[in-house]
Amino acid sequence: MEASLARYIWTHTWKHQLWILMIVGLSMIPYFMSFDLPKLIVNGPIQGDGFESPGATKTFMELGFNLPFIGHVQLFSGFQLEREQTLFALSLVFLLLVVINGLFKFYINTYKGRLGERMLRRIRFELVDRVLRFPPFQFRRVKSAEVATMVKDEVEPLGGFIGDAFVQPALLGGQALTALVFIIIQNFWLGLIAAAIVGVQLVLIPRMRRRLIRLGRERQLTARELSGRVGEIVDGIGTIHVHDTSNYERADIASRLGRIFKIRYDLYQWKFLVKFINNFLAQVTPFLFYLIGGYLALRGRLDVGQLVAVIAAYKDLPGPMKELIDWDQARQDVQVKYAQVVEQFSIDRLVDPKVQAINLEPVGPLTGPLSAVNLSIVDDSGATLLERVSFQVKCGETVAIVTTANGGGEALAEAFSRLNWPENGKITIGDADLLEMPEAVTGRRISYASSDTYLSQGSLRDNLLYGLKHVPLTAVSYEGERAKQRNWEIDEARKAGNPDYDLNSDWVDYAAAGATGPNDLFGVIRHILDAVVLSRDILDLGLRTSADLQRHQQLVDRIVELREALRNRLEEKGLTGLVVSFEPGAYNREATIGENLLFGAATGPALADKALATNPYFASVLRDQGLDQVLYGMGLEIAEQAIELFSDLPPDHPFFQQLAFMTAEEIPAYQSLLQKLKGKPYDTVSEADRASMTTLSFAYIEPRHRFGLLSDDLMEKIVTARESFYENLPEDLQGAIEPYDPMRYTAAATVMDNVLFGRIGHNHPDGPERIRAIVNEILDELGLYDDVLDVGLGFNVGVGGRRLTGAQRQKLDVARALLKRADFLIFNRPLSALDQRLQDQILRNVLEEAKRGDRSPAIIWVLTNPAMAKLFDRVVVFNSGELVEDGTHETLLERNGIFKGLLS
Amino acid sequence: MMLLKDEVGMLRRVPLFSGVEPAKLKLLAFTSDRVSYSPGQILFNQGDEGDAAYVILSGTADILVDSETGQIKVAELEPNSIVGEIAILCDVSRTATVRAAGQLEALRIRKDHFLRLLKEFPEMTIEIVRVLADRLSHTTAELADARNSKH
Repeated sequence: MEASLARYIWTHTWKHQLWILMIVGLSMIPYFMSFDLPKLIVNGPIQGDGFESPGATKTFMELGFNLPFIGHVQLFSGFQLEREQTLFALSLVFLLLVVINGLFKFYINTYKGRLGERMLRRIRFELVDRVLRFPPFQFRRVKSAEVATMVKDEVEPLGGFIGDAFVQPALLGGQALTALVFIIIQNFWLGLIAAAIVGVQLVLIPRMRRRLIRLGRERQLTARELSGRVGEIVDGIGTIHVHDTSNYERADIASRLGRIFKIRYDLYQWKFLVKFINNFLAQVTPFLFYLIGGYLALRGRLDVGQLVAVIAAYKDLPGPMKELIDWDQARQDVQVKYAQVVEQFSIDRLVDPKVQAINLEPVGPLTGPLSAVNLSIVDDSGATLLERVSFQVKCGETVAIVTTANGGGEALAEAFSRLNWPENGKITIGDADLLEMPEAVTGRRISYASSDTYLSQGSLRDNLLYGLKHVPLTAVSYEGERAKQRNWEIDEARKAGNPDYDLNSDWVDYAAAGATGPNDLFGVIRHILDAVVLSRDILDLGLRTSADLQRHQQLVDRIVELREALRNRLEEKGLTGLVVSFEPGAYNREATIGENLLFGAATGPALADKALATNPYFASVLRDQGLDQVLYGMGLEIAEQAIELFSDLPPDHPFFQQLAFMTAEEIPAYQSLLQKLKGKPYDTVSEADRASMTTLSFAYIEPRHRFGLLSDDLMEKIVTARESFYENLPEDLQGAIEPYDPMRYTAAATVMDNVLFGRIGHNHPDGPERIRAIVNEILDELGLYDDVLDVGLGFNVGVGGRRLTGAQRQKLDVARALLKRADFLIFNRPLSALDQRLQDQILRNVLEEAKRGDRSPAIIWVLTNPAMAKLFDRVVVFNSGELVEDGTHETLLERNGIFKGLLS
Repeated sequence: MMLLKDEVGMLRRVPLFSGVEPAKLKLLAFTSDRVSYSPGQILFNQGDEGDAAYVILSGTADILVDSETGQIKVAELEPNSIVGEIAILCDVSRTATVRAAGQLEALRIRKDHFLRLLKEFPEMTIEIVRVLADRLSHTTAELADARNSKH
């Protein structure tokens, strides 16, 4: 990147800078005209200059100019106006000039703003583009949070400066120079004094500012390090808790903040000192004028008129000077920031942009072998990971890499997938050097999975298909407003040097996965998810989330059929008691009292959870049915029991998960509430306290909690209350609840709740597990398994995939590598989070899945369990960075070497 | 239906818990699952990993042990008895199979819950250690008797 900010700005914006300079120049004409006008108004119509005789007129708006040789050329002879008319006309001209000046200012400011924002966009894009092209080793040195602040915060002030970069000094310099020249014309010596002081200002102030720049740089670095540390704390929060190092982190942050404070305070002090000196110098000039000029005038060597004129002219000098110096400060400030950032992003061995150039054409299969030629790899500390290894994998060959600790097999796998660059030697495919091949080829024809997975925030589906999103494959046609918007986006992107690839296009390369489009992709995905043993997990996720009514139309339409199938199956197995169905006219003992009252799923906040008891309509229903006092009393009872049971336990105790009524934090509040309310007649209890108690009863399930609070009479009353609740449901609550309907899908409930349409009996041992197995069977039989799987694929995996388990993330990474149907599949201990048995099972599945449909990709697998080597055509053994054994499983077994040693 | 307070009464009659405060027994009961088994249903199998102990509330269960000739019944569990308690105190697999002989109601005490309680309330731990030590001294005495009678 360009090291000098000025040159960088000039290269990309010189046309615009010249244009705006021209506009600024043009704006000077009405600006100066508006200076002259008040004098004309006062002298002319108001004081009567030129209107001495009554009825005298003046020419107004005469347009003409003098040309040499030709003489006066008149374009418009103008109007003849009387005194009052002239006053109106000139005043209107003044108003017009005000408007014109305002419009110029508006145009110039927006133009400069746009210019700056475009440049900011360009710089930010260029920085991220560079990150995408960093060599792999660079990422061991940079902290992600620091890079993020550089891109986001540190270049931000540049945007404001860029528009002023050239215009401001030209304009202010011009003004200052004009004022200075004007003073010199009035009186040469006094002018010289003014010039000398300006000279001192121009020399001294920037010198003093050097310290400011140094401090500014320190401030930037320390602030960047701070964000790096904050990022580390967030990423390493688990380690901090485990080792009780939170106070060490506090100390570290506090000391950093202390340093930042000191730097910033120094900066303030120095900045105001500079300001003070600057102001002082500006004020010293008039002092000298008064003293020297006055002295000269007293002595009669200077006439008073001249002195007054000089002093009057001087008042126009400090303003532009001050602004010019401020501009210079801003310039130095952003120059430092820019240089700091550029330094961090100017790195040797950046990936050539050609390597990442977008390639819309399909890429043919790789036909040459993948070879390491004399390959040496060292790590950051300079220790050798691989020492002159030469090794070739032919197309279609399956190779097991068995490696001792620090053997180097993992480094080789990383090198084969471009993640680690050779120190010596090279990697080739056919005749071409791997690192010089476009990523469009290697990224589509080689796939890689390791234990170090990366998932981005989004759905499981997005993450699974991520490996297929190389280029925008479809052209999206926009209409009307959207088309206009899209054209604007393209135009702006180009002006800021950004690419204009359409994110709304379908980027997924279905053909690469062996499908023709989104509709039959599922068949492929299903096989792969089965192979990595992830289908069950995703199905469970699907059952636990709610479906999208449009996307999962089938599931919604066939829900009644599903419910019926479940009932029948339970009956066949003699397990009818396992699920207690919701029935419109009956109380469901396995559900909470709240559920029994509402008999529906809350879709808005009005009737959800804690808000329910305070809802005025709901409270009125309870009152009308005579339930309010009963449920309040039940709440008191529950509070008493819960406090008796739990008040001795520390608040973070896992038993609190069993307590459905209140959280550990609420216990003290309920304790004092109970004290207050005990023995108090119901009528004297406040609304809020009633609600706090009543809400406890809503979570009560008799077979689960066994407090003995539910009578047949109460159950009957609750069912009646339910009916009355729906009968008079006010309009504003109709959208807040979706009633349970045996014949309809409940959109707000999870898929599992929809299928069960009831609650699992609490006294059945392992009820949830048994139900899940039965539901899985039924989904498969009815052909709805894929639909629920698809619901699960919509699950949001969270930041970095943290809502999934480590094992699930690794399985997903392997699935993603398989989906691409690459020619070379590289697996670098990809399933380390799983137990050995499952790892072995998935390995077998993957070997089989990769070959499905008569494909025969080459597979290179760095094994955690050497025993699995028998499933591969060839086994290669690494020890201390060297390739020590290479051959078929049988030959290596006979050799009695390291491999045999590793096996036993 | 049996309520929490009845379950506490039942637990008190189990020798292992007889010395423990009723309030703690109530917490134990509350955090345990009430499960019912139909005749013939298996509570756990011999060789399984032990994750819970069971207190029989009503009904009876058979204790079965695998042998060369198939499973043989070695004992019968009555209400107020506890089964599987060894497995939740130390990591051993189940030494027998337990099967409901009729309609059976039981309280399932999960291992992690039980251990948490012991950690939280030392006085409860002491009571349980007392019972176990008592058992051990009985067993030792029986063993000594058995050896003496052999000689």
